[in-house]
Amino acid sequence: MCGIVGLYCKSPELEPRLGEYLAAMLGQMNDRGPDSAGVAVYRDPAPDGWTKLTLYSADTGFDWDAVGGEVTDARARHAVVLVEEDAAEAEASVRSRFPELRVMSAGRTIEIYKEVGLPSSFVTEFRLHEFEGTHGLGHTRMATESRVTTEGSHPFSTGQDLCLVHNGSLSNHNRLRERLRREGLTFQTENDTEVAAAYLTWRLREGDTLQAALESCLDTLDGFYTFLVGAADGFAVLRDPVACKPAVLAENDDWVAMASEYRAIAVLPGAADAEIWEPEPTVVYAWEKEPVR
Amino acid sequence: MTTTAAGAAVVDLASTSLRELNQRLHDLAGDDPQPRGWQILNPNGAHAVACGLDAPLDVEIAGHVGYYCAGMNKRAVVHVRGNAGTGLAENMMSGTVVVDGNASQSAGATGRGGLLVVRGDAGARCAISLKGLDIVVGGSIGHMSAFMAQRGSLVVCGDAGDALGDSIYETHVYVLGRVGSLGADCVEKPLREQHVAEVRALLERAGFDDLDPSVFRRYGSARTLYNFHVDHAGEY
Repeated sequence: MCGIVGLYCKSPELEPRLGEYLAAMLGQMNDRGPDSAGVAVYRDPAPDGWTKLTLYSADTGFDWDAVGGEVTDARARHAVVLVEEDAAEAEASVRSRFPELRVMSAGRTIEIYKEVGLPSSFVTEFRLHEFEGTHGLGHTRMATESRVTTEGSHPFSTGQDLCLVHNGSLSNHNRLRERLRREGLTFQTENDTEVAAAYLTWRLREGDTLQAALESCLDTLDGFYTFLVGAADGFAVLRDPVACKPAVLAENDDWVAMASEYRAIAVLPGAADAEIWEPEPTVVYAWEKEPVR
Repeated sequence: MTTTAAGAAVVDLASTSLRELNQRLHDLAGDDPQPRGWQILNPNGAHAVACGLDAPLDVEIAGHVGYYCAGMNKRAVVHVRGNAGTGLAENMMSGTVVVDGNASQSAGATGRGGLLVVRGDAGARCAISLKGLDIVVGGSIGHMSAFMAQRGSLVVCGDAGDALGDSIYETHVYVLGRVGSLGADCVEKPLREQHVAEVRALLERAGFDDLDPSVFRRYGSARTLYNFHVDHAGEY
């Protein structure tokens, strides 16, 4: 199963309540994915020349100031740290100095939080209602392909300010993981979605647009998937050709929402009167303030 | 429980649990339910609303419903004033189910009898394994519709997606618009007088009587997959 939610604020008036709405949407998807939950939120851009990292420590007593940047947020074993480096340098530096930490996300605006346990507990533990931002996406996981761990939870980072959540299962991820390792990508889990995320990372690194990278998934990935991809300026949705994993899109003047089921959208203001439709299989649907790349 | 001026019971799912609602409706199984009319408010995408009814009830749902709405319906008229999620009216036996908006995948799956009307579009796998139910869709239907459909009929006033009628048995399929592609063993067949009459009757029952039944196109089984034949091995 698994549940996906996404909310993109067209109206700036909605931005202060992004977290509140995401929390309500995730709560509706509790029973689709009781194993773990996660969100990516896009807010508070880092200054020019700086990178925003979301870091995770298994040890609750970790001193975030030791990382050597400006700690702007810390909640439930996650912290947001601004460093005056480019993203690649910042990530490499953290990995070499603090091998016990995980880099959840890197970019200018993205923050990723994820943890095992019920989504309803996640929402409370991470005080999701506090988040303001332009857009966000979330996931509730019912694990099928690999263990229930924080690292195996969604969203998966797919590069700077990019992330992926997935409902479905991929059947050719082992072979593809080997191919991507030869391209220099690294993996933290045996998870199938991590392979899809790495595949997107690789295609984007090779110069594909987000649209082209997603479309190439149709030829490369074998299995079931509804993907929601977060980017600095918006998000995109893709379903596999068989489209047995659900997806609903809804839009009105104030927001665009995506969810596995309508009940997650029903919590939004004006949902009943929004334009509501199912995304067609194999078609990339994207919303962005400016081109995603 | 409040009632409307017409005497229908009003149940608000914002304050009444789904289980309680369905139990009340199930308790009315029989020939003379009282009250006969029911109005359900605030469905907000809930699953299994008005599932398993077995009485001549008249149920109106004011809003969008989730999965399996009106599943296994017998005798009742269920009217959804909104969209419906996966598995609408799955395995319905008799009665009428009407959706004013769109329906998600597998609408009317395995349905055995009665009438299902979707005024908007229906998603993939509409009428999959149909066993006698009649379905009229005002808009278009998605891919793999009428897969292995055995009896009953499917009338589509818009377009049909890919692989229509794959491995179909004896369900009658009529499409007014474009068909993406036909599935294995599904072919176009001549629209004879009795078929025009069948389409006309179904359109009238569904309330689409402004459409000309003689311009629909008819699809059905080429009947080459009924028994194993070595020349068709590639198609199984």
